[in-house]
Amino acid sequence: MADPRASTSSSTWRTVDIVVAAVIAVAFGVVFWAWNALWATTSPAFTALPASQGVLYGVWLVPAVLGGLIIRKPGAALFCELLAAIVSALIGSQWGLDTLVSGAMQGGAAEIVFAGGRYRSWGLGTAVVAGLASALAAWLHDMVVYYPDLDIGGWAIFVPFMLVSAAVIAGVGSYYLTRSLAQTGVLASFPSGRTQSRV
Amino acid sequence: MADAIGIRGWGWRHPGRAAWAVRGLDLRVERGESVLLTGPSGSGKSTVLLGIAGLLDRSGGGESEGALRVDGAVGIVFQDPETQLVMARAGDDVAFGLENHCVPSVEIWPRVHAALASVGFPYPDDHPTTALSGGEKQRLAFAGVFALGPDILLLDEPTANLDAEGARLVRGLIAQARERGRTIVLVDHDIDAARPLVDRVIELAAFDEAVVPPRASRSPAVGAALVRAAGIAFRYPAAERLALEGIDIDIHAGEAVALTGRNGSGKSTLALLLAGLLRPLRGSVTAADGADLARLRASALVRRVGTVFQDPEHQFVRGRADDELMVGPLRTGMTRDVARARAAELLERLRLTPLAAANPFTLSGGEQRRLSVATALATDPPLLVLDEPTYGQDRVTYAELVALLRASRDEGRGIVFATHDRALVGALADREVRLEAGRAA
Amino acid sequence: MMLLSPLRSDPRAVLAAANPLAKLGAAAIVMLVLFLSVDPVTPLVLLSAIALAVRLSGIPPRALLVRCAPLFVAATGAAFVNGVFGSGGPSLAAAAATGLRLIAIALAGVVAFVTIDPTDLADGLMQHLHASPRFALGALAAFRLLPIFATEWETIGLARRARGIDDGGSWPSRVASFRERSFTLLVAAIRRGVRLALAMDARGFATMSGRTVARPQPFTDRDRALLLATMAIAVGTVVFGHALNTWRGLLLQ
Repeated sequence: MADPRASTSSSTWRTVDIVVAAVIAVAFGVVFWAWNALWATTSPAFTALPASQGVLYGVWLVPAVLGGLIIRKPGAALFCELLAAIVSALIGSQWGLDTLVSGAMQGGAAEIVFAGGRYRSWGLGTAVVAGLASALAAWLHDMVVYYPDLDIGGWAIFVPFMLVSAAVIAGVGSYYLTRSLAQTGVLASFPSGRTQSRV
Repeated sequence: MADAIGIRGWGWRHPGRAAWAVRGLDLRVERGESVLLTGPSGSGKSTVLLGIAGLLDRSGGGESEGALRVDGAVGIVFQDPETQLVMARAGDDVAFGLENHCVPSVEIWPRVHAALASVGFPYPDDHPTTALSGGEKQRLAFAGVFALGPDILLLDEPTANLDAEGARLVRGLIAQARERGRTIVLVDHDIDAARPLVDRVIELAAFDEAVVPPRASRSPAVGAALVRAAGIAFRYPAAERLALEGIDIDIHAGEAVALTGRNGSGKSTLALLLAGLLRPLRGSVTAADGADLARLRASALVRRVGTVFQDPEHQFVRGRADDELMVGPLRTGMTRDVARARAAELLERLRLTPLAAANPFTLSGGEQRRLSVATALATDPPLLVLDEPTYGQDRVTYAELVALLRASRDEGRGIVFATHDRALVGALADREVRLEAGRAA
Repeated sequence: MMLLSPLRSDPRAVLAAANPLAKLGAAAIVMLVLFLSVDPVTPLVLLSAIALAVRLSGIPPRALLVRCAPLFVAATGAAFVNGVFGSGGPSLAAAAATGLRLIAIALAGVVAFVTIDPTDLADGLMQHLHASPRFALGALAAFRLLPIFATEWETIGLARRARGIDDGGSWPSRVASFRERSFTLLVAAIRRGVRLALAMDARGFATMSGRTVARPQPFTDRDRALLLATMAIAVGTVVFGHALNTWRGLLLQ
């Protein structure tokens, strides 16, 4: 019988839940900047292709899924992705407030998936679905902001690549990333780290 | 009750672990008394402090037994200066604790200023916390704790991450708190330095004897130059000043050279340049055969120089210690079998064999340090470069490190280490190069 | 490659001292109108309003344009795609509309962010929008570690070179390196986060019920005026566009 005082299974956020969710978001702010740098300086032509854009997309969605998988509390996905967006906006100073809207939509979509699993389902399948939901939310935002005139045909190449990228990088990737992090012992304070018991 | 802290038969088990961190502890500390808690790593000293401070998280599945009574408000200062500061500006950080305790707004700033003054903080309220040295950050952490007026002050290795000057400063603050009648529980691996600050020493568990053998005569066989740095200048991107200027230095086989200087003097930067990891702005760092180290491919560099970073975790790239040791050799073209044998040999030499299958991130601080030195030695490079090798280490690891590095040097390797640890310099260095503001002093 | 240092704006400028929520609110209003309008005239008009805001906020215009260069490149790309593949066949007006709209949306947000201090923003969210202090301050504390993580990213790169790996090379290997480097950064970040949370709890963060405020933040008439003026300009632009029959709404395609 579960201990009623055990906050790791309740919806109360401990300080460590908040701070680590935030820290993951801030770390991803740096990762995003490096990801941009990796592609922008070396092959701008490659990145302009819609297929490539789709492939690279998954990375932006990782904080939403990862935040949920690690912290396992209601609101984790949204908080983490939104904060990662804020950090990107503050670092790069290029996308500003719009990044927040995008981030909120992506995080919110993942959140809905985790909520649908009653915040008890943290397996590979859930991670993939959360990644896909996040990608769809991102696409919706991009349609409205960047390409309002484009009809469905224009998206035909981009969307399949984006969905695969979301499922693989944001979904499967986040799942295995959580497992690898658990094996290092850093997640000892979290239920996601409990699969690893050490002496 | 005269006792500030009364602990009887107390134990704690961290969530997710099988073994108890502390078991059956009896400890009494009187009001106004100052005690030093010692013991080897893993003896549970930090856990005891966290228990006294009320910071052990029972909700996470941890388990306790026995009785622990604390009479008075508790303040705690931790080892890492960086992760104790919460806010971007110094005054705001001190105010943070006061806000949490619902101190009325009008009283906050006077108390902040009083606390900053009591620790001798030299900067104004809005000074950015990122612009502070380690010692200054620790000073600010003290201010934040003192502002809350604790009766009991707990300190968990408060000087381990500081240079000599920062450590001296912190010890002064502890002495000051003691004079003001606070109850103090100090955990410090440097027993000699801490003894004057306390009334009593309590050993949680016995130490293994870790003796550093006395300094042998200077290394007998100083050989040819391994690496030459001529006319080096370096500037970090987006920095205004040069980090290094006009440096000429040769490192020879069979000698251990210490790079010393205050924080910001450029010693770590110079170490990284000598290791071929940074590219100098002017001048060059060349190997004996004339190769420019900075331009070598990583797989070629690792055959000539092994580098040990200040934080071992920055260098771990595999999920098992033995795989970790095989990375370098495999990159230099060794076959799998030879690499595996080499890894086993190194594990044996550094007493890490039982941990061969362990994830490097799960190892203790001392074990990680040994593993990182082993990985640097795995490709058998003639030159070894180390950045602050004794940072945050206890004296057992310290002794082992000295023995290991002396042996390496006597085998004919060249060793360069950047450090602010004077004891290490005394025990190991054949030659010392002092840096001041980027120039040779 | 180091992180970009923040753009320095003149703290004495008229809008610089405005409440951060007022600035964000103004930017949000402008962005909302831009979201909903897909003609080229609306963003043109609003861009001049944004230029005025840049001047009044004391942001150096040249540095801002340089910083936003990638934005202009992306906007050009999007403009091209929209102009060529848009519904209704190739259209220069569609391309112009897209490009200008993108630039305006982004710039509006950038101008707001550049002059906002994170601590002030957290204070504003807590004091005026009643955001949870635990979340706001937890986020702020983590944000303080950003420059440290950036340095750590570089250090990890050097450490990998010291291990004999990361020589560049093929794309798959670069991506693999990137992934490993991100992993190491995440481990270091989470370790720091756990320690930081402990230090915050040690100073009363976990058990507080309510908290007092060291930096009370007023919301003045000037801030209200900023919001009202922005609303007037935004609505006025749409009305103006409507009158000229140039305005096209997003939903009225």
